[in-house]
Amino acid sequence: MKIVVAIKQVPSRDSQLKINAAGKWIEDADLSYEINEPDAYALESALQLREKASGEVVVICAGPAGASQTIREALAKGADRAIHVETDAFEVSDPLALGRIMAKALEAEQPDLVMTGLQSDDLGYGQTGVILAEVMGLPHATLIMSMELDGNTLTVKRELEDGWFQNVEIPLPALLTIQSGATKLRYATLMGIKKAKTKEVKKLPAAELAVSAAQVIHLDRIYMPGKTKKSVVFDGPAKESAAKLVEKLRFEVRVI
Amino acid sequence: MSGILAVLEQRGGVLHKMALEALAAAQQLGSELDLPVCATVLGGGGDALAGYKLDKVLVVENELLNEYTPDGYTLALKQLIAAQAPSFVLFPHTYQVRDFAPKLATAMGRVLVSDVIGHRVDNGTLVLVRQLFQGKINADIRFEGEPPYFASVQAGAFRADKLVAGSAPVEKFSVELSAAQIRTKPKELFRESQRAVDLTAADIIVSVGRGIKEADNIHIVQKLADAFGGELAASRPICDNGWLPMERQVGSSGQTVAPKMYVAVGISGAIQHLVGMKGSKTIVAINKDPEAPIFEVADYGIVGDLFEVVPALIEELNKAKG
Ligand SMILES: Cc1cc2nc3c(=O)[nH]c(=O)nc-3n(C[C@H](O)[C@H](O)[C@H](O)COP(=O)(O)OP(=O)(O)OC[C@H]3O[C@@H](n4cnc5c(N)ncnc54)[C@H](O)[C@@H]3O)c2cc1C
Repeated sequence: MKIVVAIKQVPSRDSQLKINAAGKWIEDADLSYEINEPDAYALESALQLREKASGEVVVICAGPAGASQTIREALAKGADRAIHVETDAFEVSDPLALGRIMAKALEAEQPDLVMTGLQSDDLGYGQTGVILAEVMGLPHATLIMSMELDGNTLTVKRELEDGWFQNVEIPLPALLTIQSGATKLRYATLMGIKKAKTKEVKKLPAAELAVSAAQVIHLDRIYMPGKTKKSVVFDGPAKESAAKLVEKLRFEVRVI
Repeated sequence: MSGILAVLEQRGGVLHKMALEALAAAQQLGSELDLPVCATVLGGGGDALAGYKLDKVLVVENELLNEYTPDGYTLALKQLIAAQAPSFVLFPHTYQVRDFAPKLATAMGRVLVSDVIGHRVDNGTLVLVRQLFQGKINADIRFEGEPPYFASVQAGAFRADKLVAGSAPVEKFSVELSAAQIRTKPKELFRESQRAVDLTAADIIVSVGRGIKEADNIHIVQKLADAFGGELAASRPICDNGWLPMERQVGSSGQTVAPKMYVAVGISGAIQHLVGMKGSKTIVAINKDPEAPIFEVADYGIVGDLFEVVPALIEELNKAKG
């Protein structure tokens, strides 16, 4: 079974973000990066499925040269090889263009299963997987917690709202978008890190994939959100702030 | 039609609570952009829409749409949109919409602007606001090229109590669908955890997030909940890790609460958490990051390290209680 996992590199979760001078993106020079959290779960699900069904796990990552760090980590965790679609961060801000680029990059692969995280922590469209499925002509299911393979059919557990779930049967080849948190992530072993250095990373410049940009949406600008409420915020020493807050809760809110 | 089409969601003939907000969004944009507004719902529930001020309610009935599937919904809506030719197609940003709307937009060569939290009309052009970086940054987005333009609206972005009543003609629309086109097979819905804890009954909720770092630290926040006489709750990662049971999770996939006071400790304030608690009367946030989105909805906040702030708060509370 050939499983492709799409992974993305995003700024680390606790990054202090600043808007760049053009107001179009963040200042990204000094940031540290990590794998997008739901993508880490997609990779984990793929590795677990390979352990049961055997076969190959190929990661595909669209991103700048610096994304090779995240690709290496995926290989160290156990992915067999990688495809790095080289593109600057800005090109990937249009999810339809990205979906077309990735589909083109995967044309020669003919995977049985494609997995992605359910959304990215940076752009957060939550669409890349579904778009990719449509462009590749595959059936899909989103918000997947777990899966069971039976011959050529997967039974997947979908998360719904308010604590509900639903099982769905989906024939292979198919695409799944994976929810965070449903399983435990593995760490790369020393052996894995060593092996990763010898694994294949195929580089494909996005420009050479000759996909026309969709240009159907346009990002005007980005900015820090304003406050919707007038809030009283204390930022002094802990003890002082605590005393002031308790006073407010006692005399203004009257909950104590 | 060149108007606005609201594509709504129902289960068992009952409209989803966010569907009414999307309908309100459609009415509001309709009046701001001076466009006619229609609404549709697949697989039943259309009658519930006839009581609103709308140009038309389109009912799409086909037994292959009785159960939701992304293939069925996409194929049906593609036909409806091609026939009605709306300029804007609006959805509530539900889990179901996340599942099929990007597919539908792609099938029509468009991009869905998902998760919209606000809008404005700038010289007759619609500008949509959506969040980036889990709510830390906002982005203004415009459509380009030819309509239809697709967007989904996040919970709380538009108010259902602003819906304008009226009486709308209901029209049937039939679609061509065959069972062979539907590739996935949905099974029964089910629930896992028995809800032994009813967070909705609590007056005070103290909720813990990933800022707590380890399972062994949870007791620190439990003590704060005890000092307030409140219930302990959590953000999703805490429950995913098994540090607290799932039944204590607040948010779109957990419980929706509206206590007198909600204290968020080490919670960033991602939209999926906010939708579960922003109806709280008073919101208090404790977070070391002054830019954390939770402060946008907080009435009171303390910027600081929770490992210092929480014990200090417990001490002050005990003092106040004498
Ligand atoms: C479909 C879907 C459904 C979801 N459903 C839910 C849901 O129901 N409920 C839910 O909560 N989430 C849900 N999520 C996840 C949600 O998007 C966020 O990932 C999650 O809410 C983040 O949890 P958090 O705030 O605890 O963690 P983080 O986002 O990691 O935030 C931790 C916060 O702690 C602060 N912090 C760190 N250390 C300290 C310290 N020492 N002192 C003080 N502050 C500190 C940080 O500044 C940060 O703001 C869902 C996501 C998706 C995609």
